[in-house]
Amino acid sequence: MAQASTALERRYGDTQRTDRWWLEPLLVGSGLLIFVVYSTVSGVLGEYWAFETEHGLYLSPFFEPLIHPEFLPDWFSPAILILWAPIGFRTTCYYYRRAYYRAYFLSPPACAVREPAGSYSGEGVFPFVLQNAHRWFMYVALLFIPILWNGAIRSFWLDGEGIGIGLGSVLLTVNAALLTMYTIGCHSLRHWVAGGLNQFSRTPLRRLRRRLWEIFTIANEHHRLWAWTSLIIVGVTDLYVHLVASEVVTDPNTWSGPI
Amino acid sequence: MPTAHLRVWRGTDDGEYVEYEVEYDEGMVVLDVVHRLQATQTPDLAVRWNCKAGKCGSCSAEINGKPRLQCMQRMELYPEGETITLAPLKTFPIIRDLVTNVAWNYDQARAMPELRLRPADADGNRRMAQIDIDRGQEFHKCIECYICQDVCHVIRDHPENMAGFAGPRFFVQLASIAMHPLDTNTRRATVDHGFGLDYCNITKCCTDVCPEGIHITDNAIIPLKERRVDEFHDPLRIIARKLTGRG
Ligand code: SF4
Ligand code: SF4
Ligand code: FES
Ligand code: FES
Repeated sequence: MAQASTALERRYGDTQRTDRWWLEPLLVGSGLLIFVVYSTVSGVLGEYWAFETEHGLYLSPFFEPLIHPEFLPDWFSPAILILWAPIGFRTTCYYYRRAYYRAYFLSPPACAVREPAGSYSGEGVFPFVLQNAHRWFMYVALLFIPILWNGAIRSFWLDGEGIGIGLGSVLLTVNAALLTMYTIGCHSLRHWVAGGLNQFSRTPLRRLRRRLWEIFTIANEHHRLWAWTSLIIVGVTDLYVHLVASEVVTDPNTWSGPI
Repeated sequence: MPTAHLRVWRGTDDGEYVEYEVEYDEGMVVLDVVHRLQATQTPDLAVRWNCKAGKCGSCSAEINGKPRLQCMQRMELYPEGETITLAPLKTFPIIRDLVTNVAWNYDQARAMPELRLRPADADGNRRMAQIDIDRGQEFHKCIECYICQDVCHVIRDHPENMAGFAGPRFFVQLASIAMHPLDTNTRRATVDHGFGLDYCNITKCCTDVCPEGIHITDNAIIPLKERRVDEFHDPLRIIARKLTGRG
């Protein structure tokens, strides 16, 4: 019985896959879109929506570290001074590249599913050659690990009352932890620490670097997991801090007075 | 005995899918069913195979649209009664039925740099520490089934790129040379040359299909890309090079 010839299979979306190959790009694409829209709204409207609770107990991770120079106009959200770094880091991340190349560029939409573009030139040409800036963003992202841990630790200390714990402190801590896992699982960092070496055994320092490489590899093997969990938690934490700071919800905590 | 409904590509480029019903026994793999089809109904069906143990890399084909080894797909994976579509690897020129001409891959193999070992020690031996070679051992598992080459959209969807792209299987080989503790090839011959590495957008289909479970993207392609970043794009290294006047 005659059916379609191979010539006919050279159309976009053509595949003989019988599974739901479109589900993954659909979920990934929607997830990323929700996050991008949410973080833009939250970041840009920062000045119109409290992002810090009183006494600085909880500060949204989108605004950490808080930089607010006097000369900037009122409408200028301090998040804009921060967010370029994580946005750049994630946009150029090897995992997110895979995710959005598949979900948005449909290049390819899924494995063995024909892509729509008539020609393809890869990451060697502008603008994709800029993905190489991932190394630069990785250096900046490393600075954010202590900064976010600092914010998390601060959230266990309320001025006037002392040490305690609230739901916000838990979220900020989990956020710092997941971001740490995401960052140490970075392919670029894994390479930077020892991946470029060929003879690890030569010196004790090289052996140590190799050891670190092995540890980072453990995180790296689940880079997608850390990418998503750290993305979700940072959004949830930001939303939570906004809600508490604008007194829409009350933070359950061990302190006696209002926070 | 269960019955398989097969839809098999017959002929060359302008061939067609032909449907067959084949009875099979429990525990069979797709290749067994193809052999039974060949033995009972279509003695002229072309299919390439050798080991039937997932080790020779000969029986690659596309099963329900996914590049696979026919000898490693158990029939239990496919619900009884559902049609199983069998096609040749679509990236390579078809010879007939399920057999393609994979010679392009041999051209890529020939273009790869050769391993150039450092001179031996005074006693005539070459020594490598385990810690220096265990990263590369994964690369040697490759059985050259070319399933990764077949699935790679760079050439599957854009055959014009075949001229400047070695493909994931050969990035694995390039990585094993570039990372070899005793190799003396220049960076120019391996990493700088790149063999079309920039075409890869690390969408990972090669890794998804590799029957040997080689982490092609994470352990070969991305590390090679990162070595290229070291060479051309790392701000700290660029500054260090300027300051020391090296490189
Ligand atoms: S990850 Fe790169 S080499 Fe592998 S299939 Fe995708 S584009 Fe091809
Ligand atoms: S890397 Fe894996 S998929 Fe590619 S040829 Fe080797 S064994 Fe086959
Ligand atoms: S590769 Fe994902 S953060 Fe670097
Ligand atoms: S026949 Fe050897 S791998 Fe399938």
